[in-house]
Amino acid sequence: MATTITQTEKLVGKRIRRREDPRLITGTAVYVDDIQMPGMHHACIVRSPHGAAKIKSIDTKAAAKLPGVVAVFVGKDTEKVGPVPCGASLPGLRVPHHHILAIDRVYFVGHPVAVVVATDRYIAADAADLVEVNYEPLPTVTDPEKALAAGAPAVHPEWPDNTAFNFHQDGGDVDKAFAEAEVVVKQRITSQRLIPTSMETRGVVAEWHAGDRSLTLRSSTQIPHLLRTLLAMMLGLEENRLRVVTPEVGGGFGSKLNVYAEEALMGFVAMKIGKPVKWIESRRENFTCTIHGRGHVDYYEVAAKRDGTITGIKLKLIQDLGAYHQLLTPAIPTLSVLMMPGLYNCHNIRADIVGVFTNAVPTDAYRGAGRPEATHGIERMVDILAAELKMDPADIRRKNFVGNDAFPYATATGLTYDSGNYAAPLEKALDIVGYKKVREEQKQARSEGRFMGIGISTYGEICAIGPSPATPAGGWESATVKVEPSGKVTVMTGASPHGQGEETTFAQIAADELGVGIDDVLVVHGDTAVVQYGIGTFGSRGTAIGGTAMYFAIQELKKKIVKYGAMLLASEDVSFVNGGCVDNKSGKSITLAEIAAASYRAMALPPGETPGLVATNFWEPPNFTFPFGAHIVVSEVDKDTGAITLKRYVAVDDCGKIINPLIVDGQVHGGVVQGLGQALWEQAVYDDDGQLVTGELMDYAIPKASNLPWIESSHTETPSPVNPLGVKGVGEAGTIGCSPAVVNSVVDALSPLGVRHIDMPLTPEKIWNLVQGGKA
Amino acid sequence: MIAQNFEYSAPTDLKEALGMLAAENAKALAGGMSLIPAMKLRLSAPEQLVDLGRIAELNYIREDGGALRIGATTTHYQVESSPLVRAKCPLLAEAAAHIGDIQVRNMGTIGGSVAHADPAADYPASLLALEAKIVLVSAKSQREMPIADFFVDTFTTALEPGEIVRELIVPVEEQSTGTSYQKMLQPASGFAIVGIAARVRKSGGKIAMVRVGVTGLSGKPYRAANVEKTLEGTAGALADIQKAAAVVADGVDANSDLFASAQYRAHLARIYTTRALTAALSRTA
Repeated sequence: MATTITQTEKLVGKRIRRREDPRLITGTAVYVDDIQMPGMHHACIVRSPHGAAKIKSIDTKAAAKLPGVVAVFVGKDTEKVGPVPCGASLPGLRVPHHHILAIDRVYFVGHPVAVVVATDRYIAADAADLVEVNYEPLPTVTDPEKALAAGAPAVHPEWPDNTAFNFHQDGGDVDKAFAEAEVVVKQRITSQRLIPTSMETRGVVAEWHAGDRSLTLRSSTQIPHLLRTLLAMMLGLEENRLRVVTPEVGGGFGSKLNVYAEEALMGFVAMKIGKPVKWIESRRENFTCTIHGRGHVDYYEVAAKRDGTITGIKLKLIQDLGAYHQLLTPAIPTLSVLMMPGLYNCHNIRADIVGVFTNAVPTDAYRGAGRPEATHGIERMVDILAAELKMDPADIRRKNFVGNDAFPYATATGLTYDSGNYAAPLEKALDIVGYKKVREEQKQARSEGRFMGIGISTYGEICAIGPSPATPAGGWESATVKVEPSGKVTVMTGASPHGQGEETTFAQIAADELGVGIDDVLVVHGDTAVVQYGIGTFGSRGTAIGGTAMYFAIQELKKKIVKYGAMLLASEDVSFVNGGCVDNKSGKSITLAEIAAASYRAMALPPGETPGLVATNFWEPPNFTFPFGAHIVVSEVDKDTGAITLKRYVAVDDCGKIINPLIVDGQVHGGVVQGLGQALWEQAVYDDDGQLVTGELMDYAIPKASNLPWIESSHTETPSPVNPLGVKGVGEAGTIGCSPAVVNSVVDALSPLGVRHIDMPLTPEKIWNLVQGGKA
Repeated sequence: MIAQNFEYSAPTDLKEALGMLAAENAKALAGGMSLIPAMKLRLSAPEQLVDLGRIAELNYIREDGGALRIGATTTHYQVESSPLVRAKCPLLAEAAAHIGDIQVRNMGTIGGSVAHADPAADYPASLLALEAKIVLVSAKSQREMPIADFFVDTFTTALEPGEIVRELIVPVEEQSTGTSYQKMLQPASGFAIVGIAARVRKSGGKIAMVRVGVTGLSGKPYRAANVEKTLEGTAGALADIQKAAAVVADGVDANSDLFASAQYRAHLARIYTTRALTAALSRTA
């Protein structure tokens, strides 16, 4: 009991390499498609080739006859399975009943119609081709504004206006603000449909255990527990007889924050055939059947004084919902409304959302989920206002920022910003880019007839989603922390990380708190049979909520450790120091491993204590967190071709306290790259017949390393008072801050031509047309 | 995204392979960069796939009688990195380096690329500008033709059933010739929205020889003879180049897609012709 306890170096704040990476880069990680089981069957789904059609008949005979095919199911077979759930609720929301297989009508290309189950995936694919579906095609509409026009084809015949909901929010006195405005600027701004494009597509393996009537479902998901709760309801199975396991997930970006028809369908198939069944989504299916993101047409109006003070903001938001609701579809645009004032001290707002059905796959959460659209809108409008008033875009932002002494700051949309120093990242970014100097260079460039631009975006976002009353299914997170009898520490988190690096950052926090080495800590997640319950990883919530739950579980555990330490050291004055206890009088100490062993052996217990060292915490956050930052882009336009070169990309992000700067850099880089994708290349395009024109990676242009600028990333650190870790969240920041910086930069480049706004993506042809004198 | 059933064979002997390819609905597989995706999308469903990748006698780059002979299964990376190609026919190495990405260049082959005849592929512009010849072989015969006669239309070549590309023959470039391949790439696929290959030689202050190959603009790659004629004999000043480049799309039915309308594509062809000719001229000795 005289072991010396050495001072452990603190790990929080260190650039520690991700503990997840060795298995990922050596190909030893196990994804859904790596799972093999004895007797496993394979499913292939027959999907609608039409954007809208009546199903007149389905003939499965030829498919069923193919040797190796064990079953073919159509909509009437799965009719009793519950509908694909929508978790969002809004007043008057119209929710189409969405069967897991279409019954008599399809309403988007890719709509599942039948499933073929065979002994191998090749036979399943061949048999799927043999399923004969007799369709009567119907007219389609894929453009949300056209869908609202009188006489447009009705996506759902019962609602000929194609309107799923209207949502209105007022803050302050917006009419007065506009009546008294010295200047008003207006602009239509779109945020195009995007395809999340995770490297790993979706996939499911379902295994029915007839003996105990239980189902194990392995799915590439961000939300194993919510998936279990909802799937159990859909399948009519007791929740405790359904186990959801999330193997390695190769990216989600929100697209796997959902409950999909195919997940329930595989559960149904496994229960029917009594054998394990696997379905792996093809890339084509991923593009046509996994949710898309964005899909906004926004009409903005901003009222201001001539000195640049913003006094009112109006937004009419048309949200392209697609053909039905996935889990959060109608809720996403409401997040845009929450963030519509951005970082600016404006108390008069009005927002009107109209959610529109179209013959397309539903939109839902995609990295940023509502906040990139809001940021793009307000940051474009601020630049348009600055141009109108001939003000420097940096100055107009400084003028309108919420002041440092205003926190906690109540916004016109009903939020309370937790903490902020909005000028800090802007000033730092201006300093890094050398603002004065690049403006001089721009002057020189213009005198030479070159189009060079400087674009600023100062974004705010809403993270750590979120307090339970603000979410459809609970906004807390859970952790169980267990010191094993050997002294090793196991953390079971309800957050379900899938690339965010929480196996590393959580271990850093736990190791620091318990005074053990990082290699003594194992972070376990993504299995409903192992983890108590959880909400999942999305909305930049993992560390701020899940990490905090773990932190509080550890605090509880520490109290117990100290009690055991006191008993074992026979002292009443004991401190918890770096992984063990020290008798403050004698200086004698005992290690965590010794205490743990004694707690499980339980020869003696401290008064009123139980054996073992396990603590669980479900932490309910009192508020969201609100990160912010400034991104600056220097661009040049090739006037002969319209091609854009990004010469500089400066990102200064404030995500609160940083646990691991290496991981934060990675999140910023990835986020910015997806923002650049939206700004420059990506667009999900449907034609008038409902066909996805950009249905493959040959046509849908995701960013490539060779096309990207160097990202000059740095930070300011303003801790959040919402949680004891002081963290805010950074998973989506890069995406949110990026697109307006790019567009502002290119608009600035072309401003000598009178260009005021350009919609994304900034394709070379669009830019070339503007250079030729076309108006934007 | 799963191909239909097919037989697969990987002969090591060319004669054996040609024998197999004589069968109906047999298809030659080279690098598979276009055929495999087409099969996975079930756009193509050959019953028998004959993999040419193990036939050693189809993979070579050698100099022979004032020309480079490049075997059909020579990969883009082999062409791009070959000291011989770089020294004796730099235009072809430059074009190869523009193809796809490093993975595609490691798998894709010159023979496979030209046989596929994608109208936006990179090689054809250079091969046309180089006045390359192509050797075709079948179980019955072998023939040689100018590359310009080989490209018939979109995804259509002079290849007869059972016939494959055996080799490309490109003349060794004269040291005084300057060459360049300039391309705007389609950001999703990496193919050329427009790609222009130019070769120029000057003599006595005048343009003595000029060849321009165009890809991506229309249904098939072509040599822009009108550009060549306009530029030949001039001093090769920027104004001369622009005047010549102005006619590159004349009479051509330009493609139109999500990434470039016909009008914009034709404009890009003029710009990239100017750029390719300017770069080529700067490289003349």
